[in-house]
Amino acid sequence: MSLWLTLAVNSVALGGLLFLLSAGFSLIFGLMRIPNLMHGSFFMLGAYLGVAFLAKGLNFWAAALASAAAMAVIGGVIERFLLRRLAGQELAQVLLTLGFSFVIADICLMVWTGDPIQPPTPPELRGAVAVLSIFFPLYRLAIVAIAVAVAIGLWLMIDWTRLGAMIRAGVDDTPIARVVGIKVSRLFTLIFCLGAALAAFAGVMGAPYLSVYPGLDADMLPLALIVVILGGTGSLLGALVGSFLIGFLYNFGQAIFPDLAYVILFLPMLLVLVLRPQGLFGRVAS
Amino acid sequence: MSSPGLRRAAVAVVLVLLLTLPAWVGNPYYINIASQILHWAVFALALNVLVGYAGLVSLGHAGLFAMAGYTAGLLLAAGSGHFTADVAAVGVTLATSAVFAVLALRSTGIGFLMITLAIGQILWGVAYRWASLTNGDNGVNLPGRPAPFGISLAGADAFYYATLVVFVLAVASMAVFVRSPFGASVRGTRDQAARMNALGYNVWLIRFLAFLFSGFWSGIAGLLFVYYNQFISPQVVALQTSAEVLLMVISGGTATLLGPIVGAAIVVIMKNVVSAYIERWNLVLGVIFVAIIVFMPEGLVPGSVRLWRLGWRAMRARLAAPAREMLGDRGR
Repeated sequence: MSLWLTLAVNSVALGGLLFLLSAGFSLIFGLMRIPNLMHGSFFMLGAYLGVAFLAKGLNFWAAALASAAAMAVIGGVIERFLLRRLAGQELAQVLLTLGFSFVIADICLMVWTGDPIQPPTPPELRGAVAVLSIFFPLYRLAIVAIAVAVAIGLWLMIDWTRLGAMIRAGVDDTPIARVVGIKVSRLFTLIFCLGAALAAFAGVMGAPYLSVYPGLDADMLPLALIVVILGGTGSLLGALVGSFLIGFLYNFGQAIFPDLAYVILFLPMLLVLVLRPQGLFGRVAS
Repeated sequence: MSSPGLRRAAVAVVLVLLLTLPAWVGNPYYINIASQILHWAVFALALNVLVGYAGLVSLGHAGLFAMAGYTAGLLLAAGSGHFTADVAAVGVTLATSAVFAVLALRSTGIGFLMITLAIGQILWGVAYRWASLTNGDNGVNLPGRPAPFGISLAGADAFYYATLVVFVLAVASMAVFVRSPFGASVRGTRDQAARMNALGYNVWLIRFLAFLFSGFWSGIAGLLFVYYNQFISPQVVALQTSAEVLLMVISGGTATLLGPIVGAAIVVIMKNVVSAYIERWNLVLGVIFVAIIVFMPEGLVPGSVRLWRLGWRAMRARLAAPAREMLGDRGR
């Protein structure tokens, strides 16, 4: 019983982390149609930067925010000066982001070496809380709480603010949005920065529990990909549901079928592709 | 551009050079590099069917390549004969390609690419994590190379010639494919899918068959690869392999016969040279990707032609300028 409960708690925590990662991917890939193969690299580099800031003596949350800000700048520069010139050329965008993912991976390997680094959990979140005489590790709950808060924040921003309306208009009909005076390209840079920052933030949040190691980028990118294909491109609700689904599959799969856990992770995606190509909550096929 | 006679002569010269290569290269190390270039070229040609002619970019082809390698490797390690293992490997690769295609062709464009990436990752997961079948990270060792018609392929020269035969067959089949009505219809689905559909062509089926054709040659390349190395590990299935072969196709120039071959040669040679001096091959690979996209988006072969023409024109303009001045620039 307690094993299953532990698994469930871990699943929800991983789900929260995956949402933070894939929300940005969903915005960049789903809304802007940019196949951003650097997204796993943003996660990994963000985590490494967080580790570096922690080593400088920064508080955990300050380190996470600083890493997110740094990644927003890096992402913004790549988008503004390179990806922007390739608007509409998918193949070129794929190659460019793939190229950068190799460069980032190798630079991380050079700077932080091949040994995994596991920063300590922030002191205020160590320990566990008892709910109905069951103990929950506090840090995992915090990840879920932050993921839910980010989900609500993004939903409010996209669906209920003027900025969100402008973004949706820019995605649906770029030329007309430009005609009515919306600076679409600036908005797109903003979304890209936001997605990169979210990925980096997720990286730092995940570091005390996944640890940071070379290859983390290649582990996370497919996860973001299946979450978004599963939930439907561009749908935040889809990303949220998909993240928790994958979180559960990952942990329970690993416990029950350790050999095939990784393959099981992809099964719902394959089913969705065959039966409902637009994804669970998507409106149009990717 | 050039007359067919000139082209035929060029092909003949290249063939003679390739046939006599072990004689003038001598050193087995370089003969082995030539073998590597040839089997990577077969793989790049296979991927080019999809990327260049069908306009479908796959990032999961390492999965197909490794599927053939693993099937053959596991069967050989289990003690079956070379012929059975190879036929089974090609069969399994074709079946995998069919499943791959059915899933990935639910979409085109970025969707296709992302799905192939995800499925390729599944195959990596099988190779890496299903340790009881694939021996996990330790990989599979082959007992040895085959000896077709009693000729042992154990030596570098013999293996080079075997690879060359397969390579020539692959190039010939690509040339036939490009000129065939089927090749034309594949290009049609790339350029004008809606119009092809309206003309009564089954666009999905054409793409599916193109995928199988590509999968077949990827499998053959995988077999060559596993026989060359006599070892296969999950490293081969990783995204990096798919990315490298895509770089070969793109850097040489898509939708050309020569492009993927030149691309394979460049990438293999660079990988060997760079790895000999520094251990930062990934960094170099990434920088090349970015540089190609920024400076030569159409590929090295067409890109060099363009830059060459630009340079030639600039030089001629400079040569012509003084002459025009002498004439008082009354020209035209």
